[in-house]
Amino acid sequence: MSELIIDGKPLAFVEGQTVAAALVAAGRVSWRTTRLGHRPRGVFCGIGVCFDCLVTIDGVGGQRACLVPAREGMTVTTEESTDE
Amino acid sequence: MSEPADLIIVGAGPAGMAAAVTALAGGLRVVLIDSGTAIGGQFWRHPPEHARSVIPTEDLHHGLREYHALSETLSAHSHRGQLDLRLHHHAWSAVREDDGFVVHAVDRQRAPQEIAVVLRAPRLLVATGAYDRQLPFPGWDLPGVLTIGGLQALLKSGGVAAGSRVALGGTGPFLLPVAAGLAARGVEVVTVCEAAHPRAWLRHPGPLLRSPGKWAEGAGYALALMRHRIPVRPRTAIISAEGGARVTSVQIASLTSDGSPRPGTERRIEVDAVGVGWGFAPQLDLLVTLGCALTDSVDGNAVVAVDKGQRTTIFGLYTAGETSGVGGAALAVLEGRLAAESVLADSGAAPVLDKKRLAAVRSAVAAQRAFARALALAHPIPPAWSSWLTDETVVCRCEEVSAGVIRSARAEGACDHRQVKQLTRAGMGWCQGRMCGPAVHCLAASKQVYEPAERLVATPLTLGALADLDK
Ligand SMILES: Cc1cc2nc3c(=O)[nH]c(=O)nc-3n(C[C@H](O)[C@H](O)[C@H](O)COP(=O)(O)OP(=O)(O)OC[C@H]3O[C@@H](n4cnc5c(N)ncnc54)[C@H](O)[C@@H]3O)c2cc1C
Ligand code: FES
Repeated sequence: MSELIIDGKPLAFVEGQTVAAALVAAGRVSWRTTRLGHRPRGVFCGIGVCFDCLVTIDGVGGQRACLVPAREGMTVTTEESTDE
Repeated sequence: MSEPADLIIVGAGPAGMAAAVTALAGGLRVVLIDSGTAIGGQFWRHPPEHARSVIPTEDLHHGLREYHALSETLSAHSHRGQLDLRLHHHAWSAVREDDGFVVHAVDRQRAPQEIAVVLRAPRLLVATGAYDRQLPFPGWDLPGVLTIGGLQALLKSGGVAAGSRVALGGTGPFLLPVAAGLAARGVEVVTVCEAAHPRAWLRHPGPLLRSPGKWAEGAGYALALMRHRIPVRPRTAIISAEGGARVTSVQIASLTSDGSPRPGTERRIEVDAVGVGWGFAPQLDLLVTLGCALTDSVDGNAVVAVDKGQRTTIFGLYTAGETSGVGGAALAVLEGRLAAESVLADSGAAPVLDKKRLAAVRSAVAAQRAFARALALAHPIPPAWSSWLTDETVVCRCEEVSAGVIRSARAEGACDHRQVKQLTRAGMGWCQGRMCGPAVHCLAASKQVYEPAERLVATPLTLGALADLDK
């Protein structure tokens, strides 16, 4: 198992999984809230078309967690960490 | 590959892989690009090459013999330098230039870093496949509710099941492999709600009976479902999902002949994940922007108009697979071969298939298309699906536009998804209407086939990648 850092905490993943797969494997299906209704969102289409799964990766926002392969040491920030 | 390419293929799914193999066999130099981490597309979706021993997915697949044969041929050509295979490459625009095409892509191998890539060739084949078609229902935006394709994608590329008690719903044969795949990974599939009536199959029995291969695949799934005691409920639908931070239950109901819930048949089932899908919508972004003509398909989609050889109405532009009509992987492979034969003929190269074999491929394509047509007619979107919505149901997930707001826009005179978008912002968010477009179109009571709006870029980009272009 490898590890990435999500909101400051380690998250184990299997090499080859996407960031979304790593999150879902850890039992998390939401990691963001919507702008207007503050509704929780996570993975929906799984193939990069719905944009529900957005996260910040290594400081770059707007990344689709379902497309980006998880990498050892990568830092992922979810909106849940910044939203109060 | 140092010499210029003769052909760019966007999309390395069944259609793009088969097209590349035929074009390479005919002596062309090919660039094959795909945004994924492995070739195979949706049907043959795999973990990246280096991860296959730790994420076993072979047992979830069908038709792997053909996949392996195509993959091996592609990697042999890639070693020889005749094929330039580029994974992690998202094509975001394709334009005509002089006598050929320019494809703009970003290489996201080291995402979030993006490297701009510009590819040129006299001919272009777009085989970008499809995505799950969705119908909104109350609670469809709760975490844990996924598209059935999304459940399948997590399973096939990441070895991950999104829940432990899952309800599936929608229409079409694709529900079955997803149910079987989840069950194979230990998930309890509590119900499969198929909106169609099995009797609908009897209305167009000819093409269905003439496709023994499809029956064999279907029978395999049916056995798997029986073995795992998964109840398939015809003429039912998931009409709502409930929960807070995660879905905790769904409500299912029997449907009347127009697709509205039969009063008194509602039942609540506890779940921790849900999969929904109503067939597929072709991914046409690059093709629509290039300006090729579209045509109506019986499943309610607009698809690319092609001739017998998969040529679009734009000179030098070809398409194959779901983009020219949703029909599954076997049809995609055959169309890929036909498209590549046209590229060879139009480039003045000798054909790969002799006349007799070409005729055989053509008649197989005709049979598969007839099958796809019969399937689409047997698995329509229920006409009264919008009766499941309340005014509060979110329809546009990105801009959070509710059904009530869209209904008022209609009352104000909006009569298709474009006009609704102008009035309400539905379809204006990140996904550009890919998720809500067909539903918004239906809600606007349009009788016309859904044609996606033109999207300027097929994938969002960083400004850095755009700036790289000027270098
Ligand atoms: C999520 C999902 C899962 C599916 N799973 C199954 C299944 O398990 N069984 C089944 O029978 N059918 C499945 N299907 C149906 C599928 O459409 C067909 O079986 C088959 O894969 C179609 O082949 P294709 O070559 O036309 O397209 P696809 O297989 O969809 O291949 C298209 C390829 O193009 C790439 N692409 C798209 N746009 C771009 C771009 N702009 N830049 C670069 N690359 C791009 C994609 O990454 C993809 O690899 C699934 C469909 C979806 C959407
Ligand atoms: S889940 Fe849809 S884009 Fe990632």
